[in-house]
Amino acid sequence: MSEDGGAMNGNRNGWPLWEVFVRPRRGLSHNHVGSLHAPDAELALHNARDVYTRRQEGVSIWVVPAQTITASSPDEKDAFFEPAADKVYRHPTFYEVPDGAAHL
Amino acid sequence: MSCNTWSVYGHDFPGPDDGPADGLLEQVEAAEVALRAAADRGRPGVADGPAADTDPQHYFTALIEADQKIEPRDWMPDAYRKTLIRQIAQHAHSEIIGMQPEGNWISRAPSLGRKAILLAKVQDEAGHGLYLYAAAETLGVTRDELVELLLTGRQKYSSIFNYPTLGWADVGAIGWLVDGAAIVNQVPLCRCSYGPYARAMIRVCKEESFHQRQGYEILHRLASGTPAQRAMAQDAVDRWWYPSLAMFGPPDTDSTHSQQSMAWKIKRFSNDDLRQRFVDMCVQQAGVLDLRLPDPDLRWNEQRQAYDYTQPDYAELMRVISGDGPCNRQRIDHRRRAHADGSWVREAAAAYTAKRQREDRPAVAA
Repeated sequence: MSEDGGAMNGNRNGWPLWEVFVRPRRGLSHNHVGSLHAPDAELALHNARDVYTRRQEGVSIWVVPAQTITASSPDEKDAFFEPAADKVYRHPTFYEVPDGAAHL
Repeated sequence: MSCNTWSVYGHDFPGPDDGPADGLLEQVEAAEVALRAAADRGRPGVADGPAADTDPQHYFTALIEADQKIEPRDWMPDAYRKTLIRQIAQHAHSEIIGMQPEGNWISRAPSLGRKAILLAKVQDEAGHGLYLYAAAETLGVTRDELVELLLTGRQKYSSIFNYPTLGWADVGAIGWLVDGAAIVNQVPLCRCSYGPYARAMIRVCKEESFHQRQGYEILHRLASGTPAQRAMAQDAVDRWWYPSLAMFGPPDTDSTHSQQSMAWKIKRFSNDDLRQRFVDMCVQQAGVLDLRLPDPDLRWNEQRQAYDYTQPDYAELMRVISGDGPCNRQRIDHRRRAHADGSWVREAAAAYTAKRQREDRPAVAA
């Protein structure tokens, strides 16, 4: 839940923040489900299992130190995510398929 | 982030006539659907972000108007940030302090089954505290700071946890009334304008509804048991009814934060509206339990299509909030002691991590 790594400062007891990703089932992708504090990766994993997969929420857990995550900022969004209107040929719907061509 | 409990609870959603929490759980589900729909709709303005020349205050207001979620890296008014930190922190503290009155009965639960269930419930509360601290941290505070504010009495927790649990039936009354009031309060927060809080609330409410049923089941068992068990259940309900009504906070006329919070869509309903909703819900549920709510003036009002009821003693609420309730000192002393006694353990864990890093063992973060 901490998309910003700013919460890392002033952590007096030296327990960093970890972001937790859980894969709900085989074949699905990992989703970010929240975060927690833990002294090391093993305990982060252990606590993530106890807190975020208590009711069969998942079959796989990733824990990542929040500090190692670089987030895009809203100010960059234009440059970052603007759908390139001049690149319509990136979309499959751009192409016309002639009548009579099967399996296309 | 999607809430990964979405598909997990499929078998747990009750049918239409299936226990006390069904309407509320459906509202949680509806809130989750709305959250996804809003995300699919996208944000107002250009390409999911403010154009370079957009005034951030303007954009913030547009997002709220459009029922979109504010996310951690969005610009937000300082007062919005502050009020959310205050509210989410108080909420997190309440989950942690709330473990004490129930933890009081873990070693004395009347059967192994009840004990296991109560243990699981108290574990859930710890998890709720954790989700909420995590949500608060996205606003730029650290959990350590918040814990410090709790321990020094500069931040509060819910007044309800300053009442003692005098018997096993109290565990039932807490589940039914206290968790019930919490859910009525929290279900609208699933639609809160701040994304991380809304998502945490969706998770919390789903689990909270189990707790409410667990308490209701305890009371139901006692109420249909021996005369002594019935009396125990009735006594617990008598003692917890008014403190639970007070959980919704002061009446609307005296509520300091309400108006701004409603405008920002942090809160969706006033204290009194939610309190009324809770009373109306409880009357029906008490009927099924065949227990009496301790209010002689409780009666159906045909005109309002709601129950008239006696207000809780708000002077008492203020006394309890200001630190002078039956268990305030005990609760905070216990928390302080646990924090102080645990400091060597926290230091040991940190030292062990540091040692492993020096030895260049598998990568762990500093």
